[in-house]
Amino acid sequence: MADDLIPGAPEAPNSGPRVDAPTGTATVGHQWDGIEELDTPMPRWWLLTFFACIVFAIGYAIVYPAIPLANSASKGLFGWSSHGDLDAELSAEAARQAPVKLALAQLPIDQLPGNPQLLRAAERGGRSAFKVHCVQCHGAGAAGSQGYPNLNDDDWLWGGDLATIQTTLINGIRHPGNDDTRVSQMPAFGRDEILQRAEIRDVVAHVRVISGQDEASAAAARGAALFEANCAVCHGAAGTGNREQGAPNLTDAIWLYGGDRASLTATIVNARAGAMPAWGNRLDPVTIKMLAAYVHSLGGGEATPVVEIAAADAAKTTQ
Amino acid sequence: MHAIFYKSAGWFLAVLLMLTAAGVAADSGFAVHMLILATAAAIMLVVTLRRSDQPPVVADLSHYDDEVIRWGVIATVFWGVVGLLAGVAIASQLAWPLLNLHSEFTSFGRLRPLHTSAVIFAFGGNALIATSFYIVQRTCRARLAFPTLARFVFWGYQLFIVLAATGYIMGVTEAREYAEPEWYVDIWLTIVWVSYLAVYVGTILRRSEPHIYVANWFYLAFIITVAMLHLVNNLSMPVSLVGSKSYSAFAGVQDALVQWWYGHNAVGFFLTAGFLGMMYYFVPKQAERPVYSYRLSILHFWSLIFLYIWAGPHHLHYTALPDWAQTLGMVFSIMLWMPSWGGMINGLMTLNGAWDKIRTDPIIRMMVLALAFYGMSTFEGPMMSIKSVNSLSHYTNWTIGHVHSGALGWNGMITFSALYFMTPRLWNRTRLYSLRLVNWHFWLATLGIVLYTASMWVAGITQGLMWREYGKDGYLVYAFVEVVAAMHPYYIMRVAGGLMYLSGSLVMVWNIGMTIAGKLRAEAPMSSPAHDPARDRPLTPVAAA
Repeated sequence: MADDLIPGAPEAPNSGPRVDAPTGTATVGHQWDGIEELDTPMPRWWLLTFFACIVFAIGYAIVYPAIPLANSASKGLFGWSSHGDLDAELSAEAARQAPVKLALAQLPIDQLPGNPQLLRAAERGGRSAFKVHCVQCHGAGAAGSQGYPNLNDDDWLWGGDLATIQTTLINGIRHPGNDDTRVSQMPAFGRDEILQRAEIRDVVAHVRVISGQDEASAAAARGAALFEANCAVCHGAAGTGNREQGAPNLTDAIWLYGGDRASLTATIVNARAGAMPAWGNRLDPVTIKMLAAYVHSLGGGEATPVVEIAAADAAKTTQ
Repeated sequence: MHAIFYKSAGWFLAVLLMLTAAGVAADSGFAVHMLILATAAAIMLVVTLRRSDQPPVVADLSHYDDEVIRWGVIATVFWGVVGLLAGVAIASQLAWPLLNLHSEFTSFGRLRPLHTSAVIFAFGGNALIATSFYIVQRTCRARLAFPTLARFVFWGYQLFIVLAATGYIMGVTEAREYAEPEWYVDIWLTIVWVSYLAVYVGTILRRSEPHIYVANWFYLAFIITVAMLHLVNNLSMPVSLVGSKSYSAFAGVQDALVQWWYGHNAVGFFLTAGFLGMMYYFVPKQAERPVYSYRLSILHFWSLIFLYIWAGPHHLHYTALPDWAQTLGMVFSIMLWMPSWGGMINGLMTLNGAWDKIRTDPIIRMMVLALAFYGMSTFEGPMMSIKSVNSLSHYTNWTIGHVHSGALGWNGMITFSALYFMTPRLWNRTRLYSLRLVNWHFWLATLGIVLYTASMWVAGITQGLMWREYGKDGYLVYAFVEVVAAMHPYYIMRVAGGLMYLSGSLVMVWNIGMTIAGKLRAEAPMSSPAHDPARDRPLTPVAAA
């Protein structure tokens, strides 16, 4: 009927089925804008695969939880659940870890080097925990960044033997609410007007001389006197630092906040106070022990101080 | 005359209303959106007044109503380039995070929905509206019902896109994937979509053919289902009637399930059913062959429609969603495999008797590639819905690769070929400006897709394996950030693939632009096997002469 409105439009001969020459298949007989449809039967493989998928689906729904019921759902033939699956996987891994964890729980950390096999196992566990809890600040390679110490070197603020690292991990650094947390407090020499601007410049000059970055100068000489009066009490007369107080060694090339003039000036003017969480109330003791072993293994780990061992040996022999 | 007066007064009041809403807006995003609406109403006011002294346009009933389709072709090309550009931008941000430019407006989180909405709804949506109007008229042998409403659908849809896109940049979002626009934009889209349905169904009812062609079944399924999905998924309560924020009617895992019921069927009915409608018209037209099997089209249509709607839970494997719902999501996805492939078979086998055209006709080649990628991603989808596969693939770049093999390969290529088919016919040109440029587009896009999907497959499997790897002591081997670092080379490869796909589309912009301008490129035909009539005869023995 619309054809009456469209003079000259191609006629659509919906004149019934015809046989399509290239395929030898009959058409259905309709035509839309010149498009015909063949009456090809359903591809058999298509039907069979479709049915196979349906059969699989029904079977799967019987074997696994699938049918919602009034209060819960069908449990399937084997009572499988995704939570059960996860629990099984996690407990399998926990079982693999168990012997090492048990042994570690019983052994005091300073005796760990005496059991190399256990030490290696602890380091591997520590590496895994480090990647979850520590990389955010110390970096994936533990190389740290500005304000976050590099744990690969042998320059330690608070000490690098196993027991000391463990203490640092347990109590953190400047962690609020922990009485045993490690605290050092450098005065803000500039902000609190303990030193004048020119004096700070001189102290910076001195620090750059003792760290081997600059040649001796008049300013550095003036700074040496100021250093003696203001800084030596923590950093030591030679500026080599003091682990008792967490005072960094200023004579090496390792800087937590930078050894250039601007960074040093900023440090002396405002002081610095980085913080690390106390992991003692977040992680179990064995994980902390493993973390200590891993950090210790990174390259800068120190032996447990000989004095204590000697004293302990002496105590043993006298018994 | 009275009509003009009332119309202009109406638009003027609309401007005032929107300006008032902008003035009392609870947040700046809503205010900007009301200003955009005021501008749109002001443009309508000017258009109404300017038309007042012109004689009313009398429709030429001897031709199809193609004006709105011509606009649609241009909009599709335009939004396609915008969407692909946004895609290349965010792919580059993933490879080089500095490109976030330290600004909230250019951060990945805001540009990513801009990319997805631009390609799915702006590019894909305009393509679907334009082709559906093109096809429904021709297969019903009737002009569009409600011509004014059809024009409203086009411009209303563009307004929806502008509101959605500007909203994302300003941080106005419901944070529902592929349904980010806020409540008032959703209401606007509902009005536009119902109008679309009215035009479409109205045209089918006015048809001069006894039966409804298969392409129209698919378009109708797409329009109706998307309306239903959109309404349910966007049920929400606005915080203020003059503010942009709203809260979903659902909570917790129910909300997640509704979201993925929507999200999965946006893929199923927007990107699959709608584009199958496109395929069912343009492939037989371009190949000049009958559709392979009428029976297959019936069976795969109904099975696809029935099964797709249940498969959404496979997006929530190994989450708080109860196990039984995950199981059903998986088995329905597996049953969906053959119904999906029915479309590929019907498309590819339509070339029976015309296979040689793959060699000679770059548009057919594009269609075949589209169908091949359609088949590949509709096999990959059910496979990834299997829980043990999903436990590896979930949350990885494999999913991104899967989506893009479907989006770039299937949706992109079938749309490009439809645009190449329609453009010369819509603007009444003898042929495209250049078939050789179509060939360039084909190869740039194909290589781009291969680079994109291959790099994302490798990236995704690498990522999945690294996340789950336990050492022999029972500890996870890799830190999350190490996995991120391992992705870097693949992210760069993806940018390269995206750039190739984008440059292919720029070739199309040039080609379609020149075709519209009426230019014909002087070029050798795509295929001209040498033929010498003088030599086309048997040799006569000399001795016999």
